[in-house]
Order: sequence, then C-alpha cells, then structure tokens
Amino acid sequence: MAKLNMVEAINLGLREEMDKDNRVVVLGEDVGKEGGVFRVTDKLQERFGADRVIDTPLAESGIVGVAFGMAVNGLRPVAEIQFEGFLYPCLDQINSHISRIRNRSRGRFTCPLVIRTPYGGGIHAPEHHSESPEAILAHIPGLKVVIPATPYEAKGLLLSSIRDPDPVIFMEPKRIYRAIREEVPEGDYTIPLGKARMVQEGKDVTVIAWGAMVREVLSAAEQLKAEKIDMEIIDLRTISPIDIETIASSVRKTGRAVIVHEAPKTCGLGAEIIALINEKALLSLQAPVERVTGFDIPVPLAKSEHYYLPNPKRIMMAVRKVVNF
Amino acid sequence: MTLTQEYHPLKGKRLEILRPDGALQSGFKAPIDDQETLKLYKRISFTRLVDQRCLSLQRQGRMGTYAPIWGQEACQIGSAYQLQKGDWVFPAFREVGVTLMMGVPLKTFLLYWMGNEIGSRAPEGVNVMPVSIPVGTHPLHAVGAAWAAKLRGEKTVAITYFGDGATSEGDFHEAMNFAGVFNTPTIFFCQNNQYAISVPRSLQTASETIAQKAIAYGFDGIQVDGNDLFAVMVATKEAVDKARAGGGPTLIESVTFRFGPHTTADDPTKYRTEKEIEPWKPLDPIIRLQSYLKTKGLWNEEVERQMTEESQKEIDQAVKDAEAVPVPGVEEIFKYVFAEMTPPLKEQLEYLKSTLA
Repeated sequence: MAKLNMVEAINLGLREEMDKDNRVVVLGEDVGKEGGVFRVTDKLQERFGADRVIDTPLAESGIVGVAFGMAVNGLRPVAEIQFEGFLYPCLDQINSHISRIRNRSRGRFTCPLVIRTPYGGGIHAPEHHSESPEAILAHIPGLKVVIPATPYEAKGLLLSSIRDPDPVIFMEPKRIYRAIREEVPEGDYTIPLGKARMVQEGKDVTVIAWGAMVREVLSAAEQLKAEKIDMEIIDLRTISPIDIETIASSVRKTGRAVIVHEAPKTCGLGAEIIALINEKALLSLQAPVERVTGFDIPVPLAKSEHYYLPNPKRIMMAVRKVVNF
Repeated sequence: MTLTQEYHPLKGKRLEILRPDGALQSGFKAPIDDQETLKLYKRISFTRLVDQRCLSLQRQGRMGTYAPIWGQEACQIGSAYQLQKGDWVFPAFREVGVTLMMGVPLKTFLLYWMGNEIGSRAPEGVNVMPVSIPVGTHPLHAVGAAWAAKLRGEKTVAITYFGDGATSEGDFHEAMNFAGVFNTPTIFFCQNNQYAISVPRSLQTASETIAQKAIAYGFDGIQVDGNDLFAVMVATKEAVDKARAGGGPTLIESVTFRFGPHTTADDPTKYRTEKEIEPWKPLDPIIRLQSYLKTKGLWNEEVERQMTEESQKEIDQAVKDAEAVPVPGVEEIFKYVFAEMTPPLKEQLEYLKSTLA
C-alpha cells in the first residue's frame, strides 16, 4: 500500500470519486491547469477535462454561488476556496442559501456541495493565510464542518463529505499537508461524519483536538509519559455536529478534560464543548475543563507566530493543571 | 440582424412593439395571434388581481409583508411565456407573475407569504426556486444551474429575475462575469422598475442603461419597454432560443415602473410624488393591451367584468385553501435542516416538545 501525505490522499480521493460519479466536479482558482496552489487537485484536469475541473475567475462568492446552482441542479460540486482567509466573501452564499435551501424549500431543493479550503497556521504565511474560522461556520444551522487530522482520515472524510446529501465545509490543516506520510488505501472507504476518533486510550485525562493540533497533542502525550500521566486523545473530526457522546463517555471515565484549538479563545469551539460536557458529564469532572487556544488577536506574521499557536508546552501545562487540581 | 444587434444598448435604442395607445409600432407584427393575446391578457389581469388581494390580506393581518408587482405584469408574463417546462427560474422576491405562470399553484404561493415554508416547495418538475431575499445573490445560482444542464447536454435554460437595485451588488457582477466566461445558457432578466425601495434608478448606476453592462462581460444586452408585452416576449424568445442553441447568456433590461410600494411595510409618499408617478400611468401594460384587444373586437367592459369575476373566484378559493392549512407541527422546522436529523437537532427538538406539552 502506498504511503501518502494529506495532499496526495485528498487528490486520490477526488480522483477515485470523480471516476466513480460523473456528477462530481471540481471548481476554484488555479485548480485546473496548475492543479491547485498546494497541488491538491494535481492532474485532475488532465484526466477529467476542463468541463469537470474548472479554473474559475477570481471571485470567491461567485465560486460558491455558482457551485450552489450546480448542486441544486444535480451535480456534486467540490468548490475550492484557496485559503480560509478568503472564505469571508462566501459567507453570504453559505449562510443565506447553501445552508438553508433544503429547509426553506421543505426538501424540494437540496445542496450536496463540498467547499474545501486549506486552513490554520504554522507555515509562516502572509496575512490572511493562517486563520481558523471553524466556529463561525459551526454556528450556521444546516452546515457540516469537517477537519481531518491525518492523510488516511482526510480521504475517508472527504468521500463521506462528497456523498453527504447536504453541504459540507471541508477544512484542510495546511500545516500538516505534507508533514505526515502514512498508508492510504486505494479504493473505496469512508469515515462517517459526526463521529469522533479515539486516537489513543488513557485513564488520567481526556484531550480533545482537531486538525494540526492532534499532532501537537500526541507530542505532549509522549512527553507526559515521563510524568506518569496517561492521556486519552480524541480527534473530533467533525466540528459540526459535535460527537458529544464520545467526549462525554471519555470524560466520565477520566474526570478531566483539556480542549486544544488554534482558533481564537473567545467563542471558539472549546467553549461549546465545555458547555456540552457540562450538560452530559458535569458530575464526573474532577477539575474545571481547560482550553489551550489561540488568542483574541489576529494571527501574527512569521516572526511572532510562535507566540500564538498552541504547542506541546502549553498543552502539557494545561494537562498538569487539570491532573493536579 | 438579431434584435440584440439592432437594439444594441450603446445605440440608445429600446425595443418597442405595442405602443401605449394599443397600436403596433410600424414595421412590427404581433408575435402571437389575437386569441393567444387575449389569453395572456387574462393572465396579466389575473396576476394584478392576485397582487391586489395579497396587499389586502396583509392589511387585514392575514398575510405577512408582501412585495407587490403592480405595473410589472408584462415583464413577467411576457418573459415566462417563452420558457419551457423544466427550465429553471431563479426569482428575486417580486415575481408572482412568473411563479404562477411556471406552474406553482396559487395556494402554494400564498402559503409562503402567509409564513409557511411549504409555500417554497414548488411541485416536482416545476423548477422555480424559492425567492431570494438577499438582493443580487441568486443570479450566480442561475449560472450554476445552467452550467449543470449544459454539462449534461440538456437543452434547459435558466432565467433569473432581479431589479435595478440588484445590479449594484457584487454578486450580480460575479454572476455576469462567470456567465460570460463560461457561456452558460442563462438569461439575466432585469425588471428595472425605477426604484430600489426609495433609491431611484439614477442613483443606482452611472451607466446610461443597465443593458449595456452585458457588453463589459462579453455578451449581449438589450433594453426593452417592460410595459409592452410583445417587446418583452420577442426579446426573451431570442435570448431563450440563443441560450438553448448554445449561444450563451443575454441580459434583458425591461424598463417598467413600480406603481406600488416596495413592500407593504413601505410608504412611497415619503420619497416620491404624484407628479413623478403621473407620466407612467398611461404606460400601464394593461391599458395598452385593452386598447389593442378592443380594436380586435375581443375586449370590452363586459369581457373585463366577466374575467374579473372568474379571477376573483379562483383567488377566493386559493385563499380559502391556503388559510385552511393548519399551523405546521413542531417537527417541520427541524426535520428539513438536513436529510437526516443530526443528534443535536434530535435532542433540541425533544427539549422543545417537552416545553410545549
């Protein structure tokens, strides 16, 4: 079995799904001839032609608005927004139409659309190329938001997203696009949406993370073994809807929880997860839940980015805090 | 020469066939025979009566805020007439004429404005999308739907309706641009009714016409007299035929006048005077059709009275049927958010039910 990185895994998933289902089309800036600025859609246009792999004008709202029309009339578009920082012009189309068409037409019209976008920091990028807007999207009814943490996960989650009858925002952690290489099967497999992944079991503390942070958490876990702290790690996978059952079940076992996300602290998903833990497993808690997050500041440029991103050191400090509470 | 060449927007010409006095412009024939014209007149008259009824229902508290089309009937009936079953319609929110003409039942239409989402559920095979309230956001959808049809080698076209105000929105320009680049079978139908709520057309754009904006995007535009049923029909036919044959998009600017308020929540006396409205009254699409049909011996006061009576009966029945529809059950607002309710939605619905018990 080939070892692929996340870019290659997503590319493979797109290629196989487009082979199988000719309703799937890819559109976005630079996705065709260039194969995407990160090469995620590399060689797809060669294989499927310019009718199905479309280089669009530079117009984010246009891309997703046109994709909405395609989806309503029977295609399965996978629209790319080149960087999460450029998603904002799409919010009107996403909120006003994409997320609500099934509801407002009582099922008469539906939108099986995937919007893919590289997101998150850690690559010393220019401004607007390092953000994590998943909470903004999770707050919109009618949308699913998915974030893979590994190449294997990325392909499985992508296929589920494309096959989902409703719109999915698929956010790809660009920091680890090429950082992890693992076996990714050819052929069909899916990973269900709305179901978190138990990365490793442990008895002392539940740490919940997603995207590039899962790798940081694993690093912290490894280092904490020396302090005899046994960490249970959950990769959330689907940001909306949150798999609270898996989290609550884990918290009932460990009694302690830490949530790690790159996004700014205030109103981040960490707050939502704590509220849900409060509803489902409050009496199991031995300590308040800790959050290790970005800050309520714009993501700094390269020279100061290291201050911003959660890292193993901050994760370990939070874990020690809940364990020693 | 095609119409869009003859009436190229930069030539400052506007397509006019049926004059306000009911005679045809010289050199023109009616695009349909007299019986067909009478049928369409009936439809236009019916539409106006529906519109008036909705205004009345709103004033009585039996309908929510409503956006009347009073004055724009020819724009809608004339253009929708040229569409085929299966063609896609992406309306703004002032298209009762188009909606009913394409096969959405009046009862359904009323239900939407009475506050029940079931009113946006067009019958199967009737590809009329729900209204689009965020102005100018939906022409993009028409481009996408047209693209999908083209990709599958189908002959369906997509038409999208919007007002003069919408042509200032960024999404309108993105839609026009995409349509031009990808040559989609999309008809952009602008009902230029001279107002975006209170903001007059002159403040909306410095362009001489709206139709000429198509030129910037690489395709044809044409300005027509929107109160002239025949001009609207003829221009739309050319655009639809062209799109179906693979000739790409067209922008039709249909110049008309909004006799009524923006919506029932608007008071136009705050921003326009009788003096401004007066010159448009004799240009009413209905007046000239009455004159035309009168010369053909097909219209008189008795015909009108009969027509109105039949229409009101039909409207009465539809209102009755719509008002007989019960308040939706609480599940209805949850179960269509996704194809399958997610766990949080199931939980929230259960909670809500428990509070209603």
